[in-house]
Amino acid sequence: MTKKHRENLPISPDDFMHEFMRFKRGSVTRRHFLGVTGLGLATAVMSRIPGAFSTAAYAAGELGTKMSIATWPNYHDPATFENFKAATGVAVEVNVFGSNEEMLAKLQAGATGWSLFVPTNYTISTYHKLGLIDELDLSKLPNFSAATENPRFTKEGQIDGKTYAVPKNWGTTGFAVNTSKIKTPMKTWKDFFEVAQTEADHRAMVHDYQLTTIGSALVALGFGFNSIKPDELAKAEELLIKVKPHLFAINSDYQPGMRATDAWMTMCWTNDGAQLNRDVPSIEYILGTDGGEIWTDYYAIPKDAPNKAAGYALLNYLMDPQNAVKEHIANGAPTTDSRVISLLPKEIVSNKIVYPDEASLTPLEFGAAVTLTDPGRAELMARFKSA
Amino acid sequence: MAVSAENKRRLVTAALVGPAAVWLFTFLVLPFTAVVIFAFGERAPEGGYQPAFTLAQFANLGARSAAFANTLTLAPIGALACLLIAYPVAYYLAIKADQKYRMFLISLIVIPFWTSMLVRTYAWMYLLGARGIPHLLELAGIGDVRLLNTPGAVLLGIVYGYLPLMILPIYVSLEKLDRRLLDASADLGASPLSTFFGVTLPLSLPGVMTGVSLVTILLLGEYLIPQLLGGGKVFFIGNALVDLFLQSRNWPFGSAIAVTLVVVVVAVLLVAMRIAWRVSGTRQVDLI
Repeated sequence: MTKKHRENLPISPDDFMHEFMRFKRGSVTRRHFLGVTGLGLATAVMSRIPGAFSTAAYAAGELGTKMSIATWPNYHDPATFENFKAATGVAVEVNVFGSNEEMLAKLQAGATGWSLFVPTNYTISTYHKLGLIDELDLSKLPNFSAATENPRFTKEGQIDGKTYAVPKNWGTTGFAVNTSKIKTPMKTWKDFFEVAQTEADHRAMVHDYQLTTIGSALVALGFGFNSIKPDELAKAEELLIKVKPHLFAINSDYQPGMRATDAWMTMCWTNDGAQLNRDVPSIEYILGTDGGEIWTDYYAIPKDAPNKAAGYALLNYLMDPQNAVKEHIANGAPTTDSRVISLLPKEIVSNKIVYPDEASLTPLEFGAAVTLTDPGRAELMARFKSA
Repeated sequence: MAVSAENKRRLVTAALVGPAAVWLFTFLVLPFTAVVIFAFGERAPEGGYQPAFTLAQFANLGARSAAFANTLTLAPIGALACLLIAYPVAYYLAIKADQKYRMFLISLIVIPFWTSMLVRTYAWMYLLGARGIPHLLELAGIGDVRLLNTPGAVLLGIVYGYLPLMILPIYVSLEKLDRRLLDASADLGASPLSTFFGVTLPLSLPGVMTGVSLVTILLLGEYLIPQLLGGGKVFFIGNALVDLFLQSRNWPFGSAIAVTLVVVVVAVLLVAMRIAWRVSGTRQVDLI
C-alpha cells in the first residue's frame, strides 16, 4: 500500500489538535498518537541529548550521562574525553582555569558542579583543612598503582597516611624564548626581567598567577621562590611594577600569543614549553639556574561533586597507563608513573624539556602551602595588575 | 462578602506588580544586601568573608585608584566615541535611508549581537595580533606596528561592542521625529544646518541621553574587553572585582568596591536624567 505524500509532511497545527482531541477521547491509541504527531520521534531524539529531558534516577552504580572536570589550558588530549564518552556514555565538560587561587575561590563559593579537578601540590593541604575534598576510595581506582609512582611527586597528595589526591604529572616553571626574535642568551630569571625591559620590550608575558609571577620576581632578586617576608615582597613588587609598562600581557594562557609571535618570551610550564618547542622549534624552554618552581598536578574529587561515580570512573580511566601515555604525548608534561615511562617513545623520554637532568632541577622549589592563602602575596598581585 | 471596586482595583494592581516585585526582591535586593553586609566585614584567613563591622575596606579604596581612574576615563571616552559614530549612522537610518531597505540595514546592525561577545572579541584579538592587520601593514612596507594589548585596542573593542546600543535608541528617537517640523523649519527659511541644530538634534536628545547612559553604565562594569584586548594590563573596576573575588579571595574588599561602583552608577544616572529633563523641558524621558 502506497502512502499519500501528505503523510510524510510534518503535521499541521490543525491536524495536531485534531489528533490530540481524538487521543483524549480515546479513539486512537497512544502509539498511534505519538507516531502521527511526530512526538514519539521527538521524544526519542530529545532523550539522547543530555539535559534536554531529566532522566529517571540512576540505578546504583550507573554513571549518568555527563560530568564536569576543572583543569588547566592545553592540558589534555581532547581524544581522551571522546574515548571516555564512547566507553561509558558519559560526556565530559571541561572547565579551564588560570590559577589555583581561582579554583579555590570557586570551591569556597560552593556548588561548582565539578566531579574531578586538577589541583597543584601546594594547595592540597589547604583543601583538606577546609574540608573541600574527600579522601579517595582507592578500591575504585584499580588502575592506580602506588608502587610504580615516584614518592617525590606523590607525597603531597597524602595527609596523615590517607590519600586525598593522586598525581597527574609533574613539571617545572621556566620561561620560553623565541630565539629567532631574541638573540640575548638567557639563563636566569634575572635575565628574563632584564630582557623583558630591553630586547623584548612589549613582547614578554608573565602569568596571571601570583605563585609563579611573584615567585620568579623573588628569584630574580635572589630571594626564595616562596617568600612571604614583607620586605622581600615589597622589592618584588617594585620590580614587577617597573617591568609592567614593558610587558605584552599578563595572562596564563600564553600559547596563542607566542605562536602568533605577538609575544617573544613568556613564563612557561613544562607542558606548554614542550608543545611550543614541538610545533615552533625556534621557541626554546629555559629553566632558571637561579631557581624557580617544580610542581606536581594531582587529581582530586571535590566534596560536593555532583557525580562522584563518574568522577571515579574518569580518574580510573586516566590512571590506565595506556591512556596516560596518550595524554602524555598530547600534553607534554612528564609522568610520575614508571609504568607510563616504559610505554613512551624514546624521543619523549630523551627530551630535555620534558625530562631535564637532575642538576637543573636542584635549584627549583616546590610551591609552599602558605603562598596560597597569604594575603600579602594576593594583594601584591592585585596591586601589580591594577597599577 | 462583596469586594468593593476600590479593593478589586488594588487586587488587580497587586497581581500585576507582585511578580515583578518578587523578582526584584529576590534577584536584586537580596544579593545586594549580602554584598553590603560583606563590604563591612573582614577577609577570612583562608580567603572569603568573616563577619565584622569595619570601614577598613572603604578606607582602602585608594589601593584601586588606577582601576577607578581607567574606568572613569575610558567609559566616558568610549561612550563619546560611540556617540560620534552612532549619530550619523542613526540619522542616515531614520531620515535618509530608503524605507524599503531600512529593516534590512537595522538587522545588519543587530545581527552581530546574536554571536557571543567573547567569540567576536577573540576575532579582534586575531585581527589585531601579529598575524592580522600588523602583518598586512608589514607587507605594505609600513613596518612593525603593534595593535593588540594597547589602550587603543581596548577603545576599539569598546566602540565595536557597544555601538549598536548607542545607534538603536538614537534611531528610535529620530524615527519618531515629526517630518512636518523639518518642512516647517525649511519653509521659514532655515538652512539645513540650522534645521539640524535647531530642530533635529534637540528632539533626538532623549535618545542620545538614553544611549550615552546605557553605554556608560555598561562600560563601568566592563571586564572582558580590557582583559582580552588590553592583555590584562589596562585594568577596569570590573577586572579589579574579578581579581578580588577569584584570585585574592578578598570578598569584603571586592564588595566595598562593588558598592562604590553602584553608587557611581546611580550618580551617573541621576545626573544624566537631570540633563535630559532640562534639555527636553519635560520629565517624560525614558533613560533605559
